[in-house]
Amino acid sequence: MSTTRTYTIGTVTRALRVLALATLALAAHAAPYVPKDDSVVLEHLPVRPSDPVARELRTLRAELAANPLGRDTAVRLAERYFALANAEGDPRYVGYAQAALKPWWDMAAPPLDALVMRAILKQYSHDFNGAMQDLKAATREDAGNARAWSWRAAIDMVQADYEQARKDCLALQDVASDLYAAGCLAYLDGTTGKAAAAYRSLSEAFARSGDDSPEMKVWVLTRLAEMSLRMGNAKQAERHFRAAYLEPINDQFLLGAYSDFLLDQGRPGEVIPLLVDWLKSDILLLRLAIAEKALKAPKANEHIEALRSRFEAAALRGDKLHQQEEARFNLTLVGNKEKALALAQENWKLQREPRDARILLEAALAMKNPDAAKDALEWLDRTGHEDPGLRATAQKLRALKP
Amino acid sequence: MRAALIAVMLALAAQDALAHKPSDSYLAISVEGTAVSGQWDIALRDLDFAIGLDDNGDGEITWGEVRAHQADIVAYSLARLKLRAGGADCPVHATDFLADDHSDGAYSVMRFEGACKVDAGAIEIAYSLFADLDPQHKGLLRLEHGGGTRTGIFSPERATQSFELEKISALTQFFDYAREGVWHIWIGFDHILFLLSLLLPAVLAFGGGRWSAVERFAPAFWDVFKIVTSFTVAHSITLSLAALGVIALPSRLVESAIATSVVLAALNNVFPLVHGRRWMVAFFFGLVHGFGFASVLRDLGLPQNALLIALVGFNLGVEVGQLAIVSAFLPVAYLLRATWFYRRLVFFGGSLAIAVVAGIWLVERAFNMKIITP
Repeated sequence: MSTTRTYTIGTVTRALRVLALATLALAAHAAPYVPKDDSVVLEHLPVRPSDPVARELRTLRAELAANPLGRDTAVRLAERYFALANAEGDPRYVGYAQAALKPWWDMAAPPLDALVMRAILKQYSHDFNGAMQDLKAATREDAGNARAWSWRAAIDMVQADYEQARKDCLALQDVASDLYAAGCLAYLDGTTGKAAAAYRSLSEAFARSGDDSPEMKVWVLTRLAEMSLRMGNAKQAERHFRAAYLEPINDQFLLGAYSDFLLDQGRPGEVIPLLVDWLKSDILLLRLAIAEKALKAPKANEHIEALRSRFEAAALRGDKLHQQEEARFNLTLVGNKEKALALAQENWKLQREPRDARILLEAALAMKNPDAAKDALEWLDRTGHEDPGLRATAQKLRALKP
Repeated sequence: MRAALIAVMLALAAQDALAHKPSDSYLAISVEGTAVSGQWDIALRDLDFAIGLDDNGDGEITWGEVRAHQADIVAYSLARLKLRAGGADCPVHATDFLADDHSDGAYSVMRFEGACKVDAGAIEIAYSLFADLDPQHKGLLRLEHGGGTRTGIFSPERATQSFELEKISALTQFFDYAREGVWHIWIGFDHILFLLSLLLPAVLAFGGGRWSAVERFAPAFWDVFKIVTSFTVAHSITLSLAALGVIALPSRLVESAIATSVVLAALNNVFPLVHGRRWMVAFFFGLVHGFGFASVLRDLGLPQNALLIALVGFNLGVEVGQLAIVSAFLPVAYLLRATWFYRRLVFFGGSLAIAVVAGIWLVERAFNMKIITP
């Protein structure tokens, strides 16, 4: 007995030490392993080395390596990586783009093209102030810089500074073609209570422009679908979503908005085929898991756990970029209403788009705490935003008030 | 020009853009004294970008491809991690190489070990993995030291960080080991039974071939006092000698001898050979039990920088545990000493039972077999 006991204590102590080493491996998942043989495939690369995109990137990288101060190459490479970041949703590419711009990254007044590119990369990481500073410098230097004006509008929209956003769109009118300015204004009007007018003007500008590239079509159709929803016309919205979906390009933003539409319509079964191939994208995995949970699908728990560990990883990293998604995760998937509300409130400080208002209102309603969503209610009043779902939630919240 | 509108469209969906987990590595480092060990998980995607892993260009990274680049990965990553203490480098080398799946894909896992020249009270960690390739990359550090854990985040802006290694206070260490000592006595049935076998007769007196109850408390108390003291002195001696590495005995021999001591002490109550001088029995076998304690202490891990504290703490813990048992036993035994219950059932019956149990332990330990193993 005692031998065993002594051994047991020894074993326990040893086990504890092993355990301590194992838990050193941070993330909540199984222990490291030796794959059973050399042919086991561990990782799929998003871009094959033989892919034309990969080849172009390699060429540019080689050029830049030979001449790290070659600004043209650097900006072009950053440009390519940024496009890839948006297509794939992988922030790594933003890091690669930033690395290409290294010589200009900390410069007080870099040349214009590097300055604008730097601003775009900064806003991607939600450094809105830093980005805006660069963009203001860019438009001061070149008032005809359509790109800089576009991004100024975008950031002002995210921060709900609609007056400034309108000025940005108008500035765009003078320096870019009709469709860009019209798109900018329609986006603004569509958000601020004039959806029907915005819908009309965007459709017309689009028809006038004759631009039928898939990228442009997907963008316009997605916006038209959103505006239709705000006008309470779900049928029309679905038609636009469908048409955008059939365009031959992948667009995560479309997939996210389309899935949300289907979820709101109580059709989770149709979300699954849209998103099964997008497990690596946090925002799409979230929507997939919501659909699976609604259907009581067997994969739901696995995907909820995967999301949980990704949010934990982001927390370890010190990221606050996922708060809106994390709030929705907590509210819809794990029923942690308190945390959802806290996250939605934090998120509102940085971003004030309709989606941000929605999660804040819903979390506050779940907590029966109208005060917590005061800012979002005030935003609804101020903008006259029309989304019927949002308005209904706000109504319920207001009814709670004593 | 279309880029401009596409730019707007992207910016207007900016919050959706961070769809993936960014590039992180997971670095776990454990520091004990001058010894350093750790584990570093690095995403295969990042390594592929940095040094190229997909040799056949099929867009898939196999374990074979990773293994083929094992030396490159180790060299590349360790060149970008510098540990320093007291102004001197702490060189580390890889010991194991594995794979793991994190929530965002497959990682290579490298375990490493090394040593600092001095136990300087602070460790400086300089992290520059992928700093030139991806300034957004972060290294997530988990630093373990003396039972405590700290975390840190490395980025190009914060590439070098220094961590104070709090000295665990001697007092905390002392109490930790004392607690282990108490715990060991509490779960150490053989020590308890040995002690009980010697204590059971303390409230009785042997004369004329039979046991009778003692008249007064004082003799019983002093008897117990002498037994406990000599047991304590004896096992303290051997515990210290063994813990300090002066004497080493095979554990099977020690454990068998401990079982024997219990058998003999119990049988001595039923068939008295030694009475009056049971403290000498306690002393002699106490020497044996001390070796048993030492093996526990060894398993707990002896801190080389606080050997004495650990030794004294553990030993005092054992004594406290012992005293608790004795002080619970003696008053009850004294009150019941004249009863049939105590003299027949507890004393004789109990001693016999102890002898049987210890006899089985003896067989188990001596022949390394399992009979009543709990």
